[in-house]
Amino acid sequence: MSDARETILGSIRRALDRREPADVAAAAVAARLTNPKANVIPERGRSQGTDALERFVFEAERVNATTERVADLASVPERVRAYLQAANLPAVVKVAPDPDLAAIPWDREPLLQIATGKADDHDAVSLTGSFAGVAESGTLVLLSGPESPTTLNFLPDYHVAILFVDRIVGSYEDTWARLRARAGAGVMPRVVNWITGPSRTADIEQTLLLGAHGPRRLHIILVDGASSSAETS
Amino acid sequence: MDSTAHSFVDNAHRALHDAKLQHSLGRFKEGFPVKRRAAVDRMPEFDALREAAREIKDHAIANLDLYLERFTERAEANGTRVHWCTDAEAARQRVLEICRDSGARTVAKGKSMIGEEIGINEFLEAEGIRPVETDLGEYIIQLRHEPPSHIIAPAVHLSKDQVADAFRSHHRDYPETRPLEEPEVMLAEARAVLRQEFLAAELGITGANMLVAETGSVVLVTNEGNGDLTQTLPRVQIVIASLEKVVPTLEDATTILRVLARSATGQDLSVYTTFTTGPRRGGDLDGPSEVHVLLLDNGRTEMLGNEFREMLRCIRCGACINHCPIYAAIGGHAYGWVYSGPMGAVLIPNLIGIEEAGNLPNASTLCGRCEEVCPMQIPLPRMLRQLRDRQYRARNSPAAVRYGLSGWAFLARRPALYRLAMSLGVGGLGRIGRLKRNGGRFRRLPFADGWTGTRDLPAPAGKTFQQMWSERGGRRQ
Repeated sequence: MSDARETILGSIRRALDRREPADVAAAAVAARLTNPKANVIPERGRSQGTDALERFVFEAERVNATTERVADLASVPERVRAYLQAANLPAVVKVAPDPDLAAIPWDREPLLQIATGKADDHDAVSLTGSFAGVAESGTLVLLSGPESPTTLNFLPDYHVAILFVDRIVGSYEDTWARLRARAGAGVMPRVVNWITGPSRTADIEQTLLLGAHGPRRLHIILVDGASSSAETS
Repeated sequence: MDSTAHSFVDNAHRALHDAKLQHSLGRFKEGFPVKRRAAVDRMPEFDALREAAREIKDHAIANLDLYLERFTERAEANGTRVHWCTDAEAARQRVLEICRDSGARTVAKGKSMIGEEIGINEFLEAEGIRPVETDLGEYIIQLRHEPPSHIIAPAVHLSKDQVADAFRSHHRDYPETRPLEEPEVMLAEARAVLRQEFLAAELGITGANMLVAETGSVVLVTNEGNGDLTQTLPRVQIVIASLEKVVPTLEDATTILRVLARSATGQDLSVYTTFTTGPRRGGDLDGPSEVHVLLLDNGRTEMLGNEFREMLRCIRCGACINHCPIYAAIGGHAYGWVYSGPMGAVLIPNLIGIEEAGNLPNASTLCGRCEEVCPMQIPLPRMLRQLRDRQYRARNSPAAVRYGLSGWAFLARRPALYRLAMSLGVGGLGRIGRLKRNGGRFRRLPFADGWTGTRDLPAPAGKTFQQMWSERGGRRQ
């Protein structure tokens, strides 16, 4: 195995005509890795505050996500019940064991069956938090971890995501900055998911269809007020 | 995968006379280019993003050794096992060892062009392991035992009736007489069948869109979510990636993502963009326990050292294919191997040899649209000319080309004779072409069936360039 590594690195160095340990190149590479810099951030990714919120909603709906806005987490159970009812779904939800969602008063909707944990094949509806929303393209950013199992984002037919309004940022680069501030430079959660609308395919005669393997529907509940988590700036 | 690139001329001929294929290609021409245009128009900074993306790839390729070492170090620190493979056979053997060690019988596969390149499916099947493609298009062509005809739309050559036929003959648990006319119904059926495969698979194999050196992460982009189920549900995950996929930082990957989907499908971003860094961690409720990344050379370091280095910038968006008049006429299978269109005509001879695939670079009008739409500004027409030159020097060109060029050279060295021949040819054809019944075009022309069999030949203007030039006194107008 290490033979192949040396063979390949040797071929690369010969092809690049590196005759000696290239200190200059190594220094440039180290500098780039130590201080990651943003390249071009388009105007569309520079919005802030209300503009960013409006842009996020516009872009998310453009890619077939649905959104609604509520004042606080206390309103979530009633909205979830109404959403399931409108979609003609059983009142059963698998919820991420996310401390940010612990304050949701599910007992206000006694008919909703709430379980927490990862998703199984028979879960039709999941509810998760979100690390960030990117206004530029209406993209949700979710990080994996014990409080946020990745299967919840992909196995169920319906994905309901809670996004605190103060977590909406302009660009993807803003989310990397927030992530580094929280976890440290170069440290990544096991999975970072960018989710831009519900699953889709156009593999049969280029006909656009939603719900290929991931969720058929993505519903984003925007929650006003400050989120409880420490990672937001 | 076995190549039929050597019989490109016959392949192309058959494709031109395949009515079903021609019908599908007709639909194809209207799709991607229009959507790409709209996406680019919605992004005023698109050209600036392209410049930045190109700079990133050039820098990464010029420091490929350093970035691959850094990627490996970070990936291993996160528990990923990194395997370096010099060629396709080494990669196949490594995949097999990992399958054997994990006792895998069923393998879920995300769409991977490197997987096609090393023929991993046929290989695993021969070893008694069952690979199941999970991208809908790849799944359809796997049922039909066909290679992909397009790098991002593998089943673009098929009609929905052909898809329905494939489902009827393979989904034996469903009633024979069920209605299967609507794409929605077919999708629901494939989703249900493949969901069970996902849950049964012990191992998942995906490709990678990028590798991030800064963090040791693998970037994977899909619209269906099949890539994410493939890399989340099975206990063991294998990523197969060629060397040039590595980029320096998360910001650099982000810049490239901004041009990738816009160039490919005309989306701002694909639905799912996933950055994966190692196996399941303490407290995680899901995710694979083992993650392997195979770094595959398979001809890349050779391209790094020759005039095709810039091809290593390619991010496999398919824009050049979507805008190629030749691809639009013959589809992807005619190219005879894994890739197609302009990027295929450059890559295939580089990866499997000019002797096998020398004719592919001739499958171009050199119109230049491919380079125009390439987000990485790869000089594809220049490379196609270089490959033609290589083929000519190797005396591999078709006889008609060699004799034709010799004939032209004979005339070109004798100016008086050249002018006479040209004015007779151009003048005569022009006069006939402008006859009322021809309307400026030839529907048929003796000795030119190859051209006029499937398209009209515009009639020449009636005067040669030299005649027009001297009429204007040799000045630009």
